[in-house]
Amino acid sequence: MLELIVISTLNGVLFGMLLFLMASGLTVIFSMLGVLNFAHASFYMIGAFFGFQLSRWFGFWPALVIAPVLAGALGAAVERYGLRNVHKNGHVAELLFTFGLAFAIEEIVQMIWGKSPVDYRVPASLDFPAFTIFSTNYPAYKMFMLLVSIAIFAALLVGLKKTRIGMIVQAALTHPHMVGHLGHNVGRIFMLVFGFGTALAAVAGVIAGPALVTQSNMAGLLGPILFVVVVVGGLGSLPGAFIASLLIGLLQTFAVSMNGSLASVFGPLGPGHTLLADIWNVTVAQIAPILPYVLLVLILTFRPMGLLGTRET
Amino acid sequence: MRKMMMTAILAIPLFAGTAMAQDTLKIGYIDPLSGGGASVGEVGLKTFQFLADEVNAKGGILGKKVEIVPLDNKTNPQESLIQAQKAIDAGVRYLTQGNGSSVAAALSDFVTKYNERNPGKEVLYFNYAAVDPILTNDKCSYWHFRWDANSDIKMAALTNYIKDTPTVKKIYLINQDYSFGESVRTQAKAMLAAKRPDIEIVGNELHPLLKVTDFAPYVAKIKASGADSVITGNWGQDFALLLKAAADAGLKVNWFTYYAGGTGGPTAVKQANLNHQVFQIAEGLPNLGHAPADAFEKALRAKYDFSLFYPRAVNEMRMLAVAAEKAKSIDPVKVAAALEGMEFEVYDGGKGFMRKDDHQFFQPMYISSFGERSDKEPFDEEKTGWGWKLVAKLDADKTVLPTTCKMDRP
Repeated sequence: MLELIVISTLNGVLFGMLLFLMASGLTVIFSMLGVLNFAHASFYMIGAFFGFQLSRWFGFWPALVIAPVLAGALGAAVERYGLRNVHKNGHVAELLFTFGLAFAIEEIVQMIWGKSPVDYRVPASLDFPAFTIFSTNYPAYKMFMLLVSIAIFAALLVGLKKTRIGMIVQAALTHPHMVGHLGHNVGRIFMLVFGFGTALAAVAGVIAGPALVTQSNMAGLLGPILFVVVVVGGLGSLPGAFIASLLIGLLQTFAVSMNGSLASVFGPLGPGHTLLADIWNVTVAQIAPILPYVLLVLILTFRPMGLLGTRET
Repeated sequence: MRKMMMTAILAIPLFAGTAMAQDTLKIGYIDPLSGGGASVGEVGLKTFQFLADEVNAKGGILGKKVEIVPLDNKTNPQESLIQAQKAIDAGVRYLTQGNGSSVAAALSDFVTKYNERNPGKEVLYFNYAAVDPILTNDKCSYWHFRWDANSDIKMAALTNYIKDTPTVKKIYLINQDYSFGESVRTQAKAMLAAKRPDIEIVGNELHPLLKVTDFAPYVAKIKASGADSVITGNWGQDFALLLKAAADAGLKVNWFTYYAGGTGGPTAVKQANLNHQVFQIAEGLPNLGHAPADAFEKALRAKYDFSLFYPRAVNEMRMLAVAAEKAKSIDPVKVAAALEGMEFEVYDGGKGFMRKDDHQFFQPMYISSFGERSDKEPFDEEKTGWGWKLVAKLDADKTVLPTTCKMDRP
């Protein structure tokens, strides 16, 4: 039992941190530009595929650096030449633009790399068990993923709170005109932030690609849950996104490890109630995939600004 | 109206080919060519194309060239019906599909209704891999033929083997959350209770179909349960990722599977270092030493760089040719009549027969384990160096189970 708890905690934290890597970019972009970027998960996918291709050519470590830079540049270009023009037509147009972009990216990825999963492997230097707890091995690569995520979270927090750039970015958030009058190029800041946000998603893609599956529908699988993270954490709140990511990671992992159902708590229903009996016998593990969305509904009902959000939405 | 227009628009590229389609026999291949099932869908497609080439090289069926029309259904029943309609509009009279019993049930229903409404334009549905028993029992259809052994037949064979393996004491069941996974787990429970009541079922899990990207939480649970064996009907990425997670965690148990040989499966087994601990029930395997099968296997590998995962597809295609020649027509109604009750020398050797009552094909079945090879096993899998080894064989008559099918015949 203890073994299950420890391993589930590790797995949950890991999944949560990966979510955070993506959600942080999304939430920063949202709070700065007011754009809910539907294509954010697509940049995660681009990161994974770039990582795969570049690690073929140059090895994993160069890929870990180059792929996010390329994806970030792509993101910046999307902001500069796409979003900025669309922006004039209001929020709905922006939303539709990123929505369409997500589909376009998926199609392009399918054209280049095909529809089936690509053979993206864990680098040999990290392909060993890091440690063994209660006879279960924990892979070194997963440990590496965890460390990278934590390092980026720390850097992000320090960068935004303690540095000059962070201050300007934060100020541009709430008072873009004032920042502009102070001589900063707000347009360029927006472009860089968008690029940086997408690069963060790409980092998550490069490191998650070998551990999970790298294929053309991976963005579609992760996209919806990202929005849950951002909304539950509070739109625009970085610490909120962090807490929500961990919460959802742990929630899903622990839900999978639970066998309880209503029947095991209250006793099985007699025959004859087939429809009810189905609901009665569903285990927590079976509904694990929908739990984050239940959480989303609850949060929107009882605390619409999210856990750490400051403004009413 | 809009739906009709959509269908018409979707069909335009296919219509272009119908003018010259008179001397071809088109087979619509409806299976996932994208998403989580794509890896198995693509292998299936290439296998059928290889088989079509084989038939065409011998002059085709009744002089008509066989053409495989690939249609991507994304493992989605709704999408499959759109693709089926699209294919039929383009002149396809034979559909084949295999991955996903939920898809198969929808297609079987669709084809049955279509044939009722369009006499003279009947369509046949050849199922090469969807093994939910209901398709040849309560929901059987005259227009549906199944070449794979159904899930109950496979489970009966697996549990017979487990019955004689005293080291198996605690079993964990993990399956995909849809009709097929449900039928695997209920049959496993029922048959084990009857044959080995001393075996304890320490877990009985369903997980979302083709949506899980990391099985680590499930593997942690299997480990915590103390199981010594796992039974799973998982296929496609769900099998490969399950084994991958097991390899990462160092989980060492016996695996009784339906589809360990699917794309990525052998690689994952090798990585987990489960030498002859993964068993598969199937209608054939490389390394049986049947000379014609060995020649076929060599030719397929030379062309496509993968091994034959669907001996049943070979049987399907060859039986179609024989049935059409027997009926002297490629009209689906006549071919269906010829297929009923047909006996056939199967790909891996031995007799099989298409049972008239429910259109279920019965054939010799094999349980094999995957691991290091001796001189008797020339073929490896996915360049792992490991290969399949036969552990048990059942003749076709030993696999026959009763059916509840009450078929409406035209």
